[in-house]
Amino acid sequence: MTYLAKPKFHHPSLPKNAIGFTRRDYEASTSTLCAGCGHDSISAAIIEAAFELSIEPHRVAKISGIGCSSKTPDYFLGASHGFNSVHGRMPSVLTGANLANRDLIYLGVSGDGDSASIGFGQFAHALRRGVNMVYIVENNGVYGLTKGQFSATADRGSKSKKGVFNTDNSIDLVSIALQLGATFVARSFSGDKSQLVPLIKAAIQHRGAAFIDVISPCIAFNNHAGSTKSLEYVRAHNEAVNALDVMIGRDPITVNYAPGKVVSVTQHDGTVLNLRKINDEYDPGDRLAAMNFLQKHAALGQIVTGLLYVDSEADDLHSNFNTVSTPLNQLDTAALCPGSVTLETINDSLR
Amino acid sequence: MPLTAVNDFVIRFANVNGSGSASANEMFARAIMRMGIPMSPRNVFPSNIQGLPTWYEIRVTEAGHLGARGGTDFMVAMNPQTFNADVASIEPDGYLVYDSTRAMPPGKMRTDINVIGLPLTAICNKEYTDPRQRQLFKNIICIGALSALLDMDFAELEKLVGEQYKGKEKLIAPNVHALHLGREYAQANFSCPLGLRLKRSDKVGDRILIEGNAAAALGAVYGGATVCAWYPITPSSSVAEGFTRYCKKFRHDPDSGQARYAIVQAEDEIASIGMVIGASWNGARAFTATSGPGISLMQEFLGFAYFAEIPAVIIDVQRAGPSTGMPTRTQQCDLINCAYASHGDTKHVLLLPEDAAEAFDFTASSFDYADRLQTPVFVMLDLDIGMNHRLCRPLKWDDTKTYDRGKVLSAEDLDKVKDFGRYTDVDGDAIPYRTYPGTHPTKGTFFTRGTSHDGRAKYSENGAIYVEGMQRLLRKQDTAKELLPKPLRTNADKPTRFGVIYYGSTAPAMDEAAEMLASRGHTLNLMRVRAFPFHQDVASFIADHDFVFVVEQNRDAQLRSLIVNELDIDPVRLVPILHYDGTSITARFISGTIGDRLDALKVTPLRKAMS
Repeated sequence: MTYLAKPKFHHPSLPKNAIGFTRRDYEASTSTLCAGCGHDSISAAIIEAAFELSIEPHRVAKISGIGCSSKTPDYFLGASHGFNSVHGRMPSVLTGANLANRDLIYLGVSGDGDSASIGFGQFAHALRRGVNMVYIVENNGVYGLTKGQFSATADRGSKSKKGVFNTDNSIDLVSIALQLGATFVARSFSGDKSQLVPLIKAAIQHRGAAFIDVISPCIAFNNHAGSTKSLEYVRAHNEAVNALDVMIGRDPITVNYAPGKVVSVTQHDGTVLNLRKINDEYDPGDRLAAMNFLQKHAALGQIVTGLLYVDSEADDLHSNFNTVSTPLNQLDTAALCPGSVTLETINDSLR
Repeated sequence: MPLTAVNDFVIRFANVNGSGSASANEMFARAIMRMGIPMSPRNVFPSNIQGLPTWYEIRVTEAGHLGARGGTDFMVAMNPQTFNADVASIEPDGYLVYDSTRAMPPGKMRTDINVIGLPLTAICNKEYTDPRQRQLFKNIICIGALSALLDMDFAELEKLVGEQYKGKEKLIAPNVHALHLGREYAQANFSCPLGLRLKRSDKVGDRILIEGNAAAALGAVYGGATVCAWYPITPSSSVAEGFTRYCKKFRHDPDSGQARYAIVQAEDEIASIGMVIGASWNGARAFTATSGPGISLMQEFLGFAYFAEIPAVIIDVQRAGPSTGMPTRTQQCDLINCAYASHGDTKHVLLLPEDAAEAFDFTASSFDYADRLQTPVFVMLDLDIGMNHRLCRPLKWDDTKTYDRGKVLSAEDLDKVKDFGRYTDVDGDAIPYRTYPGTHPTKGTFFTRGTSHDGRAKYSENGAIYVEGMQRLLRKQDTAKELLPKPLRTNADKPTRFGVIYYGSTAPAMDEAAEMLASRGHTLNLMRVRAFPFHQDVASFIADHDFVFVVEQNRDAQLRSLIVNELDIDPVRLVPILHYDGTSITARFISGTIGDRLDALKVTPLRKAMS
């Protein structure tokens, strides 16, 4: 039940991060999703990433749409402001919020119905504008909250729990995000914490539109034989291109990987992303190659995961607008109002 | 007898749009204003960029009646496509100016009007070789000729040309030359001036000439809006474009040159209102500008903002509906759609400005109202106010004023407050306290949702908690009634059983109609409603009269419905007076319709009639 708070006490030896918070400080209400839901693993990964990055929870705004995935902001970062908006419209609310205060971290949480169907337009436009955000789609290929209808990311030919075959082509949000100019594009799997946590950390550090498609099996309606979003199917067809380590600027950088197999990317804030390459032909700095790679492997029935593309020189919407560094919501009357003398001049010009 | 009048007539230009006529016509209108004569220009234009008929009407009115009058005394018929209809619409004994380069078919012309042929094409072809110049200067030559025919102060025209081409001085002399060409032709061939003429006056005073949309945009700058999200739609686009223009001028940091605003042309109206709500939630003053179809698209979000109590300003420049309707014609047809926007029980604040000056004031204050009441506020303009230049009092700003950001707790406040509940009515005015995200490390965070919530913003499906919240939202409307602009009442000199309620762009026509009705022996008390929810004064006004006419520009008497619904008034006592053909409402229409009804009621006793 969402209104039941978790007990506050915890073992005194719980590890603390650089700003003195324990993992418990990043938790929130108990999840009301089905036991074993992939989405809960994603919430846990978000908690872990925020803990490891030593983020002050109140400096995060978590914004979502409608659906199982969009309920999850209630289940992580309880000390952050949350906004559970309307179906498919998280991106516009997040864009507006970001314009009002450029200093917060914006975490958009959405699902495949929310982003690939009703909100496909807003998904596209927020990415092409380069809103500085982390946009996570918890992708299970199914409408869970309304009990098992196909979503637009369900693969053609996949079978629903009721035995119906999907005859529509599927939307691959990662390919679309690349095409639209998202500057950080990744895919992961809710069951792969070791891959997902560093990806979320890197996305938070990225300045620009960061998109992560997380395949998250719906254990109630999409975890059966014939589904291409089931645990078993994803595990069997996962094609990881790299494994990521995020090094925050001030930490000593130690690289343990075999030389020649590690690619390092430095982001705006000095964060170093060390990518241990699993697939030698993969270059995360090459957008066109990434698009090709995805298509090639999709044709083979493989789900490519990892950091697929990053532009470390990315710009965001505020740099496009050249907005002042002070958040707009902190400007006062003196900074905003041209005053009566100017108004008199305007009046004179209209006579 | 040709019509004669000084400073009191209607001149109408019939043109093809995209032909460069608009700027010439506007210059002509401004010259009249500069002569100290009140005038009221109106654009009648198609939903098209080039090639369709367009009209520009100027009502010259020494008496200062700025509403549309109806009828045309002087027609400048430059569009062959509409020529016959244009000629037919001239008042008897009126005037027609046409391009006489090609002879008119015999027998076609009315004999009860005065026809003035100007060989404009011939003059142009003789003077210019470039086809574009021939077209553009034709309009200027025509204005030159009219200046002689109507006795316009030529110096004012010359001055306006100088102002218009400031910075492009090369263009001044050729334009003045073109004015002279027309003027001299008219002087040589007609007895100037005609019966209709202009005479310098002093009735304009310190008034300014501005479009309502520009005034609203300026209001948004003065009101402290920093985020604007919009989607292009006639007739509202010039609000966002005006805001952009004024922000570029007045809203850049003098040292860094950086912008103290953000304007997004969104992918649709749903995204526009979503961004406004996101920005307002996060503490910026944000607005969108749209028209009826956009309001229809925004419905879900508007209900969200109402229920989750997030400020938002929506400028609705109304046009004729339903559906795409007549996108370039005016109506007051979105009242109900805005007042009760969204599913479930909702009720929103509407502001009803009468002209550009109030559009400025109301838009600027709408941000205070939205922040104070934590709810969406609609500024209800219409095409007639928004897209026409109108004379109005100068815009005013009080420099001692600071923005009312409403009940927002700072980090220091939160340290003092023992217990924070986002939706708890602490002060008894039904308005709770809020915090901006990121204010305090441990206090004041809450979860914003469209689902039912308790006083602490926690999800709840408990019926009693839901009802309590809905009742508080209703009580918030009572707070709003006292905060919003009050209705304005004007009593007649004599006591009367009849009243009139009106609002918005109907105001100038209604004021004039009241004078016309008074001269017919009908006295009426007037009330101009300026906001919804209605102030108690509206109910009192109705109680003071047997019958109240409700004058508005829509088919279904929407304001009347709101009054009946909200104030529990017997509908029989509210007589609808409706004008909704897409043209601006006129004093002739109002006084005619109300006058006929009052005549019918005014039964003279038989004995008195016989004596």
